[in-house]
Parts: sequence; structure tokens; C-alpha cells
Amino acid sequence: MAAVTYLEAIRQGIWEEMERDSSVFVLGEDVGIYGGAFKLTEGMLERFGEDRVVDTPISESAIVGAAIGAALMGMRPIAEMQFADFISCAFDQITNFAAKCRYRWGAGVPMVIRGPSGGGIHGGPYHSQNPEMHYVHTPGLKVVAPSTVYDAKGLIKAAIRDEDPVVYFEHKFLYRRLKEELPDGDWTVPIGKADIKRAGSDVSVITYGAMVHLALEAAATLANDGIELEVVDLRTLLPLDKERILDSVKKTNKVILLHEDVRTGGMAGELAAIIAEEAFEYLDGPIMRITAPDTPVPYSPPLEEFFLPKTSDIIRVARQLAAY
Amino acid sequence: MELNQQTLLDMLYYMKLTREIETRIERKLYRQGKIVGGVYVGRGQEAIAVGSCIQLEKDDCICPSHRDMGAFLIRGITPREIFAQYMGRKTGVSKGKEANLHMGDMRRGVVAFVSMLADTIPVAAGIGMTYKMRKQNNVVLCYFGDGATSRGDWHEGLNLASVQKAPVVYICNNNYYAYSTPLEKQMAVKDIAVRGAAYAMPGIVVDGNDAIEVFKATQEAIRLARQGGGPSLLECKTFRMTGHSAHDDVKYVPQELFAEWEKKDPILRLETSLLQQKMVSEDDVKKLAARITREVDEAVAIAENDPFPDPAETLEGVYADQNVEAPLAFAKLFFSQVR
Repeated sequence: MAAVTYLEAIRQGIWEEMERDSSVFVLGEDVGIYGGAFKLTEGMLERFGEDRVVDTPISESAIVGAAIGAALMGMRPIAEMQFADFISCAFDQITNFAAKCRYRWGAGVPMVIRGPSGGGIHGGPYHSQNPEMHYVHTPGLKVVAPSTVYDAKGLIKAAIRDEDPVVYFEHKFLYRRLKEELPDGDWTVPIGKADIKRAGSDVSVITYGAMVHLALEAAATLANDGIELEVVDLRTLLPLDKERILDSVKKTNKVILLHEDVRTGGMAGELAAIIAEEAFEYLDGPIMRITAPDTPVPYSPPLEEFFLPKTSDIIRVARQLAAY
Repeated sequence: MELNQQTLLDMLYYMKLTREIETRIERKLYRQGKIVGGVYVGRGQEAIAVGSCIQLEKDDCICPSHRDMGAFLIRGITPREIFAQYMGRKTGVSKGKEANLHMGDMRRGVVAFVSMLADTIPVAAGIGMTYKMRKQNNVVLCYFGDGATSRGDWHEGLNLASVQKAPVVYICNNNYYAYSTPLEKQMAVKDIAVRGAAYAMPGIVVDGNDAIEVFKATQEAIRLARQGGGPSLLECKTFRMTGHSAHDDVKYVPQELFAEWEKKDPILRLETSLLQQKMVSEDDVKKLAARITREVDEAVAIAENDPFPDPAETLEGVYADQNVEAPLAFAKLFFSQVR
């Protein structure tokens, strides 16, 4: 069995679900003839036809709105945002319509809104954002952000099968940089479950998306110094797996919260509040945040490098915390 | 559907029922403090929802707006459910989670609208696309006001529906005012219908106070949609005979406009026409009024005694597979253990 990329894993997941269930279909900009801006839907038009692989106008709000209409009818649409940055154009449909249908009138909206997020590719302010927290702040949605090839495939399949709207942020920096052999057969990764990507006893690093790999790099380096990081990959940002988060903190008693998103109002703040409230008596050091600064994502390489959290940041802060 | 005597009588019934329910809500229950939130009625606009929705089939669907009570009634939402909805009762369509006509039920083909006007325009396109994918010969009626046509979603939605040839009839209640803002400050075009041309769909101006004209225009648009001809835009010109809502004193509308439109009242027009054609007698009209009063009285009496939802239901129904945690759940647990 050949290793596949993170991007191919998402493509496989969608493909398999479309084969399995005729109510699954994709719609978005350039998803059909062109096969998607990143070629994630390549070949789908030929296989599934234009009713199920729908090229749309540049109308994010209408893409999501139409997906909602289809989902209300029992379809399982997958709406692609060409870049996650553009999801802001569909903010209203997602947060006011899709997210609230079940609560307001008991109508399920089983749909996926997915798109490439994240920086590190010199995409500039509009092709690099991490807009997850807008959606994490919206009850009724589920929000996932896989970090590995395995999770990418398992989570897209779980998202498609979920009865509620799932916003699926895939990290474009990982698209072709990760490769992994995947098991055969029909399997999913459950939504709402975090994963320990590396077990350790000294400091918990709670993170998600591309930052998981920085945390793992830092952990490998620090292990040489006898500092054992535990890397907790949230995988799902809403609903949070509080149990696994708190278990890790109770075990290591020290915690770093790491994300690529900007600092204020980021996931780290929410995690810090949960930990301070529910694991206060287990803490042996301050809760530390490593995040991007509160700026747009800059374009030029030295600026973007400055903007993004780095492995060296994790190593430095983890050493300080371990010694605290 | 044929525009026969029975259809005309049904239309008169639903228009009058709409008027009576809304009058009861706005002028009685609201003033008695029994309506816990806002009240938005479609007085004077009843012909639009009724003349169009009356001809739908079972598996068709509507995306109504807040002045389309008649469409809800025709799709089988009962007066009792509507009163309970307005009074925040558990027996309302949304079980107390939502207000006024923000309600829907897919089993009855009714999509609940949201306050962000025009959001249902692309949603209707998606429903229509689904009918097409499933090779179902069904149609969506999507209602909105003149105000909604200024939002981007309206234009995105019409465009997508047209590109996809979705079987949708877009029905505008053009009642002259978006809250307090008159048409000339909303748009530079004289007729909203001309915008249909921008999306290569028929754009038809309809006398929205003439139920029969609404029926016929919708019938043609539905026929086109069912044949695979794609969406149409019907601009039903009418007038809002009230404020935007029950708390709006509507001083911004010149009073003579109300007097002018009062003469064009859609219910009076249909009734007069049916009387002249001897399709109904004065006695039939009286009986119809008595029937409606009785039905509404009964519905109000039941709804007023319906229970409010249990407070804990606040946490239910956000997701299919779990309830939301109460904010103080941990504090309760923690301090109970400390003690």
C-alpha cells in the first residue's frame, strides 16, 4: 500500500463517501472541470457527474446557502471554500442559518464546509488565515482541524456522516508535506475526541493543526535533555474534548497552549479558562500561550516567519516551565 | 391546479383566516402583554402568500418570510401552533426556541426564515437543485420583501438558481417600505422585476392585492419551473397597512397612502368579485366569518393554556448527538465536593 499525502487523504475520504452514499455531493468554485484550486476534487466530475460535482459562481454565501437547502432535504453537501479566508463571505449563512436550524426548529443540516487554512506558504493576508475561532464561538457548529494524514481522512468521513454542520479546516502547509500509509477498509476518526500524539510526563502542549508538528519536533529535541513533552492534538475544536485536555494537565501539571491563530480570543484563551477553572489545584506553573501576534498574516518571508510560532519558541518556553 | 370555485373559496378562507389571526395577535394578545416578543404582520398583503401557495403539491416546499402567514396556514401549520409560537409556549412550532413566524417544519415543506433577510434565497436554490438531482418534479416558492432585494445574498442566490436552472419561484412582497425606508431610497430601479433580466429569468410585475392575478402569475412560473425552465421572479406590488412591527407608530408613511390602499384591500376585492359572480352569497360570507372566529377563539383558548417549556430545555437541541453543558455545572460539582 502506497503512502498518501494529507491532501490525497481528504480526497480519498470524500471519494469513498460519495461512492458509499448518493446523497453526498460537492459544490464550490472550480471544483469540477478544474478539479479544485489544489486539485483536491480532481477526477470527481468524471466519476460522479455534474449533478454531484457542482462548479459554482464566486458566491461563498450562495454556496453555503444552497448547501443548507440541500441538507434540509436530506442531502449531505460538502461546500468547498477555495481558501478558508473566503469563508468570511459566508459567515452569515454558516452562523445564522446552518448553525441554528436544529435549535430553532429541529431541522438537521448535515453538511460540511471545508477549506484550506493556515500560513507558511507566503500567501499573504488573504490566503493564510486561521478563521476557526469565529466558528468555535458559534453553538450548533462542529469545528475540526486535522494534523495528520490519518486524521484528515478519518475526520472528513466523520464530518460527512455527522448529522450537524461541520466546519473542516485543512492546513494547506501540510497538503503535500505529509505522507502516511493508511489502513484499508472503512474507518473514521470520531469528532469531539482529542488525541495524544506523544505521551510525556513533564509539560503538556495542547495544540492542533500544523502546530502539532512543531510541538512534536520540540518534544524530540527536549527529550535529549530529559524533558518529556506530552503533545495533545485537539483535532476537534468544537465540541472540545475536555476530559482528555484535563487528564493531560492533571498528569503533567504544566501546560503550554499553542496555536497558529492570532492571540486575542484564540483557542488558547478558552483552554486557559477551562484549565484554570477545572484543574486549578493541579497546576504547578503558569499557563503559557504560544500564538501568532495580533496582526494580519504578513506576506514577506521574514515577516511571515516572525509571525508564525516556531519550534524554538516551544523549546524555550517548555524549558522555562519545566524548571519552574 | 385549476382556479375553480373551490380554489377561490379556499383562497378567501385562508386570506380571512390570516387577517383574523394577525389581528388577534397584534391588536389583542400583544396589547394584553401575552405576546412575549415582537409582532410583524402582513395586513393588506394576504393575497400574495395565499394566491401562490394554494397551488403547491405535497412534496413542494416554501421558504416564507415574516409577512406570509397564509403560506404557513396552507402548508398545515395550525392556528394553535402559531398562537403558541407567539406566546413562547412549548407547543409552538419551535417549542419556545424561536419567535413569531420564525418557524418551519420540513415534513410540511416549510423552511424557517432568519432575520437576515434574503438568506433563504440561496437556500431555496439548494432545495431546487436537490429536486433536480433527485429528478423530482417539485418546486420551491421563496418569499421576501422589497428590502431583502438590497442584500448580496439575494443577488448571489438568484444568480446561482438561474445558472443551475433550479425550480424556484421567487416572490417579492413589494410593500413600499423596508422598515421606514421608502423604495426610492432602497433602489434606483422602478420595478424590482427588471432585475430578473440580470439573471436571465422572467421578471413579472403582479398586482399583489389581486389574489387571482397572483394565482395566475404563480401558476405560469410554477409551470415553467416544473418543466425545467428554471426560476422566475414575481414582483407583487402591495402596501404594508401597518408599521414594520406592532411597536412602530408608522409616522413616516403619509396617511393618505393608507386611505388609498385601503380601497384596494385584497380580501374585500376577492370577496366582492366572488359575490358579483355569485360564487358565494352574503350568507356564505357571514358563515365563513363565523367559522373563522370560532376557529381562532378555540385556538387562542388552547394556546393560552399551553405550557411554557422547561428551563432546562435551553440546553437541548443544539446538536443531534449531545446536549450542551450548563455554565455552572463544574462550579456546582466543585464546591459540593469542597464542602
